[in-house]
Amino acid sequence: MKKKSMKGWLYLLPAILFLGCFMVYPLIDVLIYSFEEGYNSASQTYTGIGLYNYSYVLRDPYFLQAVRNTFLLVIITVPLSTGIALLISLGLNAIKPLRNLFQTVYFLPYVTNTLAVGLVFMILFKKTAYSDGLINLLIQWFGGNSVDFIDGPYWAKMFVLCFYTVWVVMPFKILILTSALASVNPEYYSAAKMDATRSFRVFYKITLPMISPMIFYLVITGFIGAFKAYSDAVALFGTDLNAAGMNTIVGYVYDMLYGNSGGYPSFASAAALILFAIVLTITVINLMISNKKVHY
Amino acid sequence: MKVVLQNLTKRFPNRNKKGDDVIAVNDFNFEIPDGKLIGLLGPSGCGKSTTLNLICGLETPSSGKILFGDDDVTRLPPENRGVGLVFQNYALYPHLTVLDNILFPLQNLRGTEKLTKQQMQEKALTAARLVQIDQLLERKPSELSGGQQQRVAIARALVKMPRVLLLDEPLSNLDARLRLQTREEIRRIQQETGITTIFVTHDQDEAMSISDMIVVMKDGVVQQIGQPQDVYDSPVNLFVATFLGTPPINVLDGRVQGGRLYIGDAAVLAVPGVGDQKVSVGIRPEAFTLDEKGPFEVSLSRVEVMGRDTSVVSTHPASRNPFIRAIIPARNKVDRTAKTVRFSLMGEKVFLFDANTDARIYFDAE
Repeated sequence: MKKKSMKGWLYLLPAILFLGCFMVYPLIDVLIYSFEEGYNSASQTYTGIGLYNYSYVLRDPYFLQAVRNTFLLVIITVPLSTGIALLISLGLNAIKPLRNLFQTVYFLPYVTNTLAVGLVFMILFKKTAYSDGLINLLIQWFGGNSVDFIDGPYWAKMFVLCFYTVWVVMPFKILILTSALASVNPEYYSAAKMDATRSFRVFYKITLPMISPMIFYLVITGFIGAFKAYSDAVALFGTDLNAAGMNTIVGYVYDMLYGNSGGYPSFASAAALILFAIVLTITVINLMISNKKVHY
Repeated sequence: MKVVLQNLTKRFPNRNKKGDDVIAVNDFNFEIPDGKLIGLLGPSGCGKSTTLNLICGLETPSSGKILFGDDDVTRLPPENRGVGLVFQNYALYPHLTVLDNILFPLQNLRGTEKLTKQQMQEKALTAARLVQIDQLLERKPSELSGGQQQRVAIARALVKMPRVLLLDEPLSNLDARLRLQTREEIRRIQQETGITTIFVTHDQDEAMSISDMIVVMKDGVVQQIGQPQDVYDSPVNLFVATFLGTPPINVLDGRVQGGRLYIGDAAVLAVPGVGDQKVSVGIRPEAFTLDEKGPFEVSLSRVEVMGRDTSVVSTHPASRNPFIRAIIPARNKVDRTAKTVRFSLMGEKVFLFDANTDARIYFDAE
């Protein structure tokens, strides 16, 4: 019996070592850093242990700005991208000719590099000395005043960031939802047809409950992904996000470590743990709701 | 409600576009009398399920007509035909309770047909009581046995009181014991409601035991329509004869000469009025009578005792199957050590078929 359990541990050893080195140890380290006050990475010294790092981060206006941005991003993009993805998937599911072509087109952003997409968005939205950007040309054509989306007012920048995020996360959601829709047993639709069920009711009473586990999966991963947003903002607004007022929580952590104002691993650790607490809370709430709403 | 099928034909285009169309149902003519239970019977791929889909409207016929009573419903969409369909896999909505599943069709009613909650509840309860699942209304389908799910599916199909009830392979997902029970149940429900019911099956026992009439199909073509006993007693061709009956009919090569049927060299039966020719001979297992002086001699392989009767398994060079099976009453003792057994044959249980066309050749049994 003992020999057997030794063997088991032996098999687990590579994974344990790897996870221990690159996951558990850094996590614990982050936790420790976050309580060490005045930590200096050069001399590896600190002045005391306490909650000062947390209180500093929570009072830092840049951090509060990052939290506001992140929450706005999450609240706007997760429902919007999931909803639009569902509509597109339903459409894809309903058409026969050219379905493969459309599926490919909708999937393209997924295989495109984030920064390349960011560049395209710059061309669409950025105001330069030479051009107002394609979107502004359209706005002017319809008789509106041009807006500086990249360096202009907050709402315009937020709009671009949300637009960009929705567009980037959509392909994966469409992929998941079209396959979920295709896996619904067609007999249910035949049965519904026999019973003269209106199409909205078929959607609401049959399709939606059948694919609800997948929708829920997308909402949870969408929440987590949006809370961790960073590269999208960099792609659009450059690396100095604090100056642009478009920083995210992950961006704040990065800046605290390596940015111009960087070199504060303790503040970064505290911010990272606050983000962790937020994501954990939201996910637990999601799970609690899903237990009531998601069928079978 | 009487159901009339006139020259009903369904062609499916071949997958390979150059190939011929596949004719799933070929020129089906049948007038189903009101309030009867009809079994559509045939092997896999014979077009019986397609026929059912044509009647319920999930498929549209390539040509031909379908009438319910005097209404031509050929071009009506399924929801306007007033049919109830029970799917082979039941297709119960897994996320709804039994009650909600049964209520589902009623909640779709609109306009003048719209019911109050109270009326819906009453109708659903009536249907649930009819199929005896009124104790299970709050359960989900996954919490029910196969037989119970079947009942829920029937209740859902019946709740709107359809003009015609259709069942697709209703017993194929049930175990042997439940099958027996459920087929009785289907019979009872059909008789209590008096709704014209058509069900599809590949199991002849199922069709024979509860149907008022059976339709035997093969390759999209109707072979024979009639009351189960009549079809069994007088099959029109070799296919129908072999398809009906357990154990199956014994088929042998034979010839007719001078009004007598020869199997091998022995003249086994007088078949007056049949011209000299080669024939296929179908002998029902119950056609054999032990007879020491009988004309039909076979090599005994084994004797199987089944209690009520005895099954004599033997071989004969002219047999198309490896074994000939004869069923005789248990009181007739067979000498198990004997090398051969002799039988005489009952004329009305022996059928002759044309050796080329498999069509029945009739003669007057004595």
